[in-house]
Amino acid sequence: MEESFSLPSRIESVDEAATKADEFAKRAGLGDDFIASIDLAVRESVANAVKHGNKFDESKSVDIKLIRNENGFEMLVIDHGNGFDPDDVPDPTDPANLLKASGRGILFMRAFMDVVEWTEADGGGTLVRMIKLQQT
Amino acid sequence: MSDINISERQAGDVTILDLEGKVTIGEGSVALRNAIRRLLGEGKTKILLNLGSVGYIDSSGIGELVSSFTAVNKEGGTLKLLNLTQKIQDLLAITKLLTVFDVFDDEASALASFN
Repeated sequence: MEESFSLPSRIESVDEAATKADEFAKRAGLGDDFIASIDLAVRESVANAVKHGNKFDESKSVDIKLIRNENGFEMLVIDHGNGFDPDDVPDPTDPANLLKASGRGILFMRAFMDVVEWTEADGGGTLVRMIKLQQT
Repeated sequence: MSDINISERQAGDVTILDLEGKVTIGEGSVALRNAIRRLLGEGKTKILLNLGSVGYIDSSGIGELVSSFTAVNKEGGTLKLLNLTQKIQDLLAITKLLTVFDVFDDEASALASFN
């Protein structure tokens, strides 16, 4: 099963995306711990798309695709910004960065999903692909 | 409906903020920032954040905890955390911030630690 939707680049879209992903995951029969991981990943990725990708430009959408397949759950989050290299984000667990106020979203996405990849989206912007595998 | 409710109690010279709701990007993080700024403006620099009723926190909320910690330190004060949920504890462990914050699971011990 799949679901796609687009949201405007504003902070409220983070909650909206999380609610839609939560409803999708419940319909897909995923468990509570699994859903909690998805919830965190969708919030962090959409927040990044709104803030750093589209830079709060509400004329640019954040496009989200949710996929439930035999392996588990996959989510694509696309912004229409100027591209993004996760290697440019300093390691927030480095002692020199521990007291920085930001820069932990990617760490959370990687911690709670099994696969997190960034590529250039068609037409520019960034596509984040996240997969959470279902344990059998 | 507000994402977060923050209520204030005083125990001697320690100010306890009881947080209830979500500390997330937007309203929740801003409310915490404003509460800490207000306390510092009032000269209250011994602050205990009770997170026992925080149902959800994201990286922005964690960042706000760090900002609060550094803002209070800058004023010569101390900010400590009380009643971490398992989820918050997990996130602080992932970010290695458990090594930064003083964390307590009972209020009496937390209050005693300020003196």
